[in-house]
Amino acid sequence: MKPCNYNDARRGFLKKSAAVAALYLTPTVFVKAFAVDAVIPTPIAKEKLVITINGKLVQMEVDARITILNLLREELAYTGTKKGCEMGQCGACTIHINGKRTKSCMQLAVANQNNKITTIEGLSTTEQLHPMQAAFLKYDAFQCGYCTSGQIMSAVACVREGQAKTRDSIKTYMDTNICRCGAYQNIVDAIEEVAKTGTKI
Amino acid sequence: MNTKNINTIFWEDERVDGVDKVTGKARYTAEHSLPNLAYAVFVTSNIAKGTIKNIDISKAMAMPGVLDVIYYANCPVVPGYNSNAAERPKNVSEWRGHKVLYDNKVRFFGQPIALVVADSFENANAAIRFVKVEYEIEKFETNFDKARLDAANLKAPINYKRGAGNTKTVAASVDAEYNIPIEVHNPMELQATIAYWEAEDKLLLYDKTQGPKSTQGAVARTFGLPEKNVRVIAENVGGAFGSSLRSWSNVPAACIAAKKLNRPVKLVLTRPQMFSLIGYRPQSWQKVNIAADAEGNFLSINHEAISSTSRYEDFREGIVDVSKFLYACENVTTKYSILPLDLSTPIWMRGPGEATGCFALESAIDDLSYKLKMDPIDLRIKNFTTINPENKLPFSDNNLKACYNYGKEKIGWQNRPSVPGKLKENGLLIGYGMAVGVFGAGKGAASVRIVLSNDGKLLLECAVSDMGPGTTTSMTKIAAEAMQMPITKIKFKLGDSDLPPGPSQGGSGTTSTVGSAVDLACKTVQQKLKELAIQFAPVFAGATADTLEVKNEMVVLKSDASKNIDIIGVFKLANQDKIDLIISSTGKTPEQLKFTSNSFSSHFVKLGVNPKDGKIKVLQVVTTGDAGKIISPKTARSQMLGGVVGGIGMALSEKLEIDHTTGQITNASFGAYHVPLHSQIPAIDAWFVNKPDMNVNDIGAKGIGEIALIGFAAAISNAIYNATGKRVNDLPITPEKLGFKIAKV
Repeated sequence: MKPCNYNDARRGFLKKSAAVAALYLTPTVFVKAFAVDAVIPTPIAKEKLVITINGKLVQMEVDARITILNLLREELAYTGTKKGCEMGQCGACTIHINGKRTKSCMQLAVANQNNKITTIEGLSTTEQLHPMQAAFLKYDAFQCGYCTSGQIMSAVACVREGQAKTRDSIKTYMDTNICRCGAYQNIVDAIEEVAKTGTKI
Repeated sequence: MNTKNINTIFWEDERVDGVDKVTGKARYTAEHSLPNLAYAVFVTSNIAKGTIKNIDISKAMAMPGVLDVIYYANCPVVPGYNSNAAERPKNVSEWRGHKVLYDNKVRFFGQPIALVVADSFENANAAIRFVKVEYEIEKFETNFDKARLDAANLKAPINYKRGAGNTKTVAASVDAEYNIPIEVHNPMELQATIAYWEAEDKLLLYDKTQGPKSTQGAVARTFGLPEKNVRVIAENVGGAFGSSLRSWSNVPAACIAAKKLNRPVKLVLTRPQMFSLIGYRPQSWQKVNIAADAEGNFLSINHEAISSTSRYEDFREGIVDVSKFLYACENVTTKYSILPLDLSTPIWMRGPGEATGCFALESAIDDLSYKLKMDPIDLRIKNFTTINPENKLPFSDNNLKACYNYGKEKIGWQNRPSVPGKLKENGLLIGYGMAVGVFGAGKGAASVRIVLSNDGKLLLECAVSDMGPGTTTSMTKIAAEAMQMPITKIKFKLGDSDLPPGPSQGGSGTTSTVGSAVDLACKTVQQKLKELAIQFAPVFAGATADTLEVKNEMVVLKSDASKNIDIIGVFKLANQDKIDLIISSTGKTPEQLKFTSNSFSSHFVKLGVNPKDGKIKVLQVVTTGDAGKIISPKTARSQMLGGVVGGIGMALSEKLEIDHTTGQITNASFGAYHVPLHSQIPAIDAWFVNKPDMNVNDIGAKGIGEIALIGFAAAISNAIYNATGKRVNDLPITPEKLGFKIAKV
């Protein structure tokens, strides 16, 4: 592409929005104009979803393709559940479905009718931190905090499922959750302490 | 740890933003919501080099919810993409880096060639596969190992020579080559931008960046806006390790789409895109030649390096610098060239330059120690220096010997076999290794706003970001100590370009740079408070400011503590609601420039190698840091632990794989690019010398982030040699490279 005059380009670019905005007021015409040789797109089904999230019953129409992860983050503003890979490989999106730890990026929302979802936001029901959250805080079991929700959700399941008997068994169970800041030792410390107290979590 | 006895009477232990992070309340870039938000997804090239002959967007455009498919032919002309410098106003430079959606050229595999924008993420994601692209593939080169052999491919050599060359008798020498593959930062948070044109020439960006001010500048230059018309918010950054030190193609792409559609646009990279679009540690080849006399004195060091860059930008880092200054040696030569390949541009990754250089130098020194039949720690002490031999300035402080002593004792160095391959425990070959890390301790200019209010609360603001080390916490602690007030009364706000200018978070400089500004701001506000107290509080009538001190939220007469008034009382008497100042601190003063400042580290590793299959298990780590005063022991320790984890990945598993017949990256996922997991991490003891270095800044603190990792890969390699007698200089070190055949499943 040929370089053009900077000031002309600047004016041209900044003015762009006004003209384009007018175009987008008529979306149907716009789409047709481009759709000459296109396949007729399959209509995307909206399906009714009934699901319980952190104790609240949610009934809504959802895109049949939406994952629980994207439903939580994009539709319901539960942004505590994190997107790290969308391939089920990093564990940042770990939540509990019917009490079982699950990677929410691997779950279609509509496949979870009537299921009970617990996210990091629903872990503690009072003003008090959940014991695992408090232990993560105490042991500085995170740095950037991005994998933390998933680590905590896995950690709670680790204790509940009786997998926190030794440091090695904790590590094996927690291998599903990557922490790139490298807080692993502190995470295991936190889980070990919660497990040792024997508190029902 | 010896970090408990630091004189910090007021601080609490936990991160000040910790509760937000453990409850999911902390918001990261992609989590901000704007009305009428559109979702953008990149379509990327699956060839390494060529020309786009045709793009058919019609099918994608017809997909439900698709608003636009932007590519070079329909992309608005971006003023900062202008490549004719002469036409540009003097103070405006162009977009630096790959010009996304600009032309029909493909320069690297994974390059964005179109941007699909839709009303939902699902709709955008579904449409990307319907963008049909035809390429004319051109000859490319992605193979570093092959290309570096032809000197004609090398670019921009920089040579250094000190001394006339060795003439003394050499008792032992090492001459070895070292290879480090491309490593990818892979922070957990995906790179993301939300762009929103609030007015025709006013832009709001939520952007994952280590430098809100640097992103603001880049965007302003690119779109021809005054900086004040661009606001960049990066409230929380989910790790970056260098990958967010510059604005990548996601930034202009989101801005372009938001402008074209006249609505806010969110663009989040996918994990595979994180492997090709936000930089990486360049691949490198090094050659180190080091010679010593019979006592172990280094007679000469020659360090040569080549590292990869892209075709369209020159990227280089300080790979060979460490050989110039870490040890006493009269005769040093270095040579460093870069090698352009058909890949995207690299970027600094944790411990940039030094992490690469120290792997080679510290491995070579270990190698030399066996030839000299000397303990490798003794060999390092033999060549220890308090004067930087490159610039002849004294180190502001250098406590490496204290690091060695602690590490040696805690790892059980006395159990290390002096002959490799001689120690077995539980069926494993056991080895001990150590290595040193070093990184410059800078101090730059920064400004902070400080507001002391009539409710006794203190607010500090700076446009720096916190990618995870705990900057918010350490800045709050510096303020608490300077003001002698409880941490709970202090709030430190960052991550917004509208705040007073601060540096990008990188190069281990934030604590020193912003901390110095915070310290100065607190001292200034105390002075103002004292002046108010003298003017309005009868108890201090006739007193001078230097006879007063501010502590425990009061202004107190030094000689008689019973004469005091609390901060709230001062404001009441003065009938004033706040003291509100913007304070700037400078870079190093002439006094501070009389020294050369570095942070140092030493890492000690005990590991086992299974003699049956060559599997390597790190059993114990002691890591020691010499970084001046430790401001925040808990977060500082976490940084050291993180460096160990990163170092284990660098040493044992991390490598970007490229199919050189197609130029395609073949392991762009966590499933195939192996970062360390929980079960690979042994017990780690992290320790700090914790001695204030008052020659570097007034707070005595130096950076930790880089030294935590630098040198660690060499400590592992050295321990593997000690265990097996096999030295592998090509990272990552795998059982295959140790000579074990791995059964194919």
